[in-house]
Parts: sequence; C-alpha cells; structure tokens
Amino acid sequence: MLDIGESVAVVLPQLLKGAAVTLKITALAAVLALVLSFLVAAARAAPWTPLRLLTVAYVEVFRGTSAIVQLFYLFFILPSFGVSLSPTTTAVVGLAMNFSAFGSEVVRSGLEAVARGQHEAAAALGMSKLQAYFLVVLPQAFVIMLPSFGNMLIDLIKASSLVSLITITELTFAGRQMVVTTGMPFTVWGLVLLIYFAMAYPLTWVVRMLEKRAARFRGSPA
Amino acid sequence: MIDWRFMGEILPELLRGLVVTIQATLGGFAIALVVGLLLALGRRSGLPLLRRFCDGYIAVMRCTPLLVQLYFVFYVLPAYGVRFGALTTGILVLGLHIGAYLAEVYRAGIEAIPRGQWEAAKALGLAWPVTWAKVILPQALPPMLPPLGNFLIGLFKETPLLAAITVIDVFGAANNIAGQTYRYNEPYTAAAIILLVVSLIAAYGVNRLERFVNRSRRAKGEVAVRTAERPPVL
Repeated sequence: MLDIGESVAVVLPQLLKGAAVTLKITALAAVLALVLSFLVAAARAAPWTPLRLLTVAYVEVFRGTSAIVQLFYLFFILPSFGVSLSPTTTAVVGLAMNFSAFGSEVVRSGLEAVARGQHEAAAALGMSKLQAYFLVVLPQAFVIMLPSFGNMLIDLIKASSLVSLITITELTFAGRQMVVTTGMPFTVWGLVLLIYFAMAYPLTWVVRMLEKRAARFRGSPA
Repeated sequence: MIDWRFMGEILPELLRGLVVTIQATLGGFAIALVVGLLLALGRRSGLPLLRRFCDGYIAVMRCTPLLVQLYFVFYVLPAYGVRFGALTTGILVLGLHIGAYLAEVYRAGIEAIPRGQWEAAKALGLAWPVTWAKVILPQALPPMLPPLGNFLIGLFKETPLLAAITVIDVFGAANNIAGQTYRYNEPYTAAAIILLVVSLIAAYGVNRLERFVNRSRRAKGEVAVRTAERPPVL
C-alpha cells in the first residue's frame, strides 16, 4: 500500500499529460466553435429561406440532443458512411458543432444588443452597410458577446471530459487508466477534479472582468 | 442505411430507457431545486463562513466536469462503505451539480426585486416570513420560471452521461444494443431522435411559459423577462 505522497508522485505526471491533451482539444474546439458561431448566425440571418431553415434545424438538433450522444454518433456512424476521421478530429468537430449552436445565439443576441441608433448614425456619416457593420456594430457587439464566450469556454473545458468516452487519452481518460493501475480511486479522482478546477476557475475571474467591461460599454450597471 | 425493422425491434428497450431518463431528470431536478435554494439563502445569510462555503461549493461544481463528479462519487464512496445504486448516485450528483446553477437563478430573481419593496415591508412592520410569502416571492417567482424550465431541459439532456456509471437510460440502452449487435446506426439514431423530440416539446413548453409570464407582466406595466438561451451544462 502506497501512502498518499508516493501515490500522488506516481499518478500526477500521467494526469498532467492528459491535461495537456485536454487543453489542446479545448483550444482547437474553441477556435472552430467561434468561427462556426459567426457563420451559423450569419446563415440564420440570410435572405435565402432554405438556408435559414437549414440553420434553424442545425441549431435545434445540436441544442436539443446532448453532446455525448452527438460525439458517439459521429464516432460510430460516420465510418459506416465511409467517412473516417481520427478520434481527435471527431472530438474537436463534434464539440465545436455542439457549442456553435449555442454560440450562434450569443452572436445573434450580441448583435441585437447594439443600439439601433448606431446603424443610423453610421448611415448618416455616409458609411456603406458593410463598413457600418465591421467598423461600428461588430466591435461593440463583440464586447457584449465576450462574457458569454468566456462562460462557454469554461463549459467547453468541462465538456472535453466527454471525449474520454470515445477513446481519447485526455485528463479523464488518464484518470480511468490510473485508477485501474493504482487502485486508488480517491487520490486519482480527487486530483483529476483539482486539475480541472485549476484550469477552469481562473477563467471565472476573466469572465467577471469582461462582464464589468461589457456593462460599462453598454452604459448600464451590470 | 437504416434498417427500420431492426429499429422497431429495439424501440421498446429504448423506451424503457426513457423511463429511467425521466426518473433521473425529475429526481435530479427536485434535488437541484432544494440545493439551489439552500445555496441562495446561504449566500444571503449574515454568516461569512456560510457565505464562503456556498461560494466555494458553487465554484467547484461549476468548474469541474459532471462526468468526473459522477466517477468520484460512484467509485470513491463505496471504498468508505457508502453504497448507492448507480441510478441513485446519478440523481444525487445531477442534483448537486445543477443546484449550483440554480442558485444563480434564484439570486437573480430575488435581486430583481427593488429595494423599496423590502423597505416598504419593513415600514409596514411585516415579519420576515410574511415579507417573503406575501411581498418578495409572488414578484420574484414568475420571472424565475422560464430559466428554471431551461435548466430542467438542460438536465434532461445531460442524463445520458449517467450511462458512464452503468445506468440504463436511453443512451445506456442504445450502448447495450450497439455492444451486443455491433449495429450502431439504429440504436444511436433512435436515441438521438427520442432525446430531440422530448427536448423540443419541453422547449416549446418553456417558450409558452415565458410568453405567459410576460403577458401578465406587461399587463401590470412591468418589464418583460427575456430568458437566456438554453444553457449547456455538463
């Protein structure tokens, strides 16, 4: 029987290796989700009805079913359609698609939160629609969107634990392996929880700061 | 691509799983409602230590994955002689997890009540149970209902995670079928459709509820509430 200190020394390096994979998958999925969020929001505002309906269906399907079901679906079913992605690609694409369904709503409500007068003022200054959009509306909307994106990043770190179930050796998977090899569930799962907390908690401070800034930007108290 | 006859054969098993899913959802949500309320009250209390504890609890629950929390409770507690069934563990952890989110909903609802209402109740000499029952809750509760509904849907969508600790919910049943037959299309497609249908119906219900709440608020000249989008809680 190992004592706590020894067992931590055995387990921790493996868990940290897993944590690195967790961070990598989270970062990749976050970037892809951000891009998809804007694309989906744009498609949803498109003047072409079939595209709009397709986007609504996309958002409802990804919001209405759970991330784990979506990951399993991609992991087991795409190969039977002849599409073979690596588990990591499956994980990143699956998480990004799931989060983009929520992210597109963040983009939409952020754009709506910019006062109408800003569009009018830009038009009065002789800006084209595109100029008004990129120089006036989007920069303000982005500040308003940031806290929500911050919260989504925290959720994404947590959601990345799901990819352990499709065989990716990230933090949670490393935890399962370490429990099997050491037989010390308390130490292992305790450490795993601690590492996730250490990755996610600092972000809550960032989100709080962003919220204050967004509130100031809107000219209203938080 | 999809063998509809096979899908029909496995449907009863998946629907039995749906019963478990719904049990877990309602049980977990009931616990979450209580946990959230206790946390919200604890954070308002005059005891700094209790406030700290509640803040810490919420931070830990919100910054660690539900899946790992499930593993922790399911595999660690038995080593200390505490044994629950898988479903009980799942319901408990879901409730403890979502409760941390509901504390915020309660807080926002209570803080939306103007200070003047508290002062007026005090000026009238109302005791605190009367203040809560007659002044604060009747105003705070209706705007809370739509976000609570959204969390109920969120919790429903997260129940498939319980399959990871051997609960046979819809997703667990689909896993079992896939494992036994090596056919993945039908069980996972059916599980996804079942989840989607239930959650769309529930979302429609929450939407109606929000409209109903707003209609009565506007009638009284109050500001309409707009619910944040369905949260991804994991």
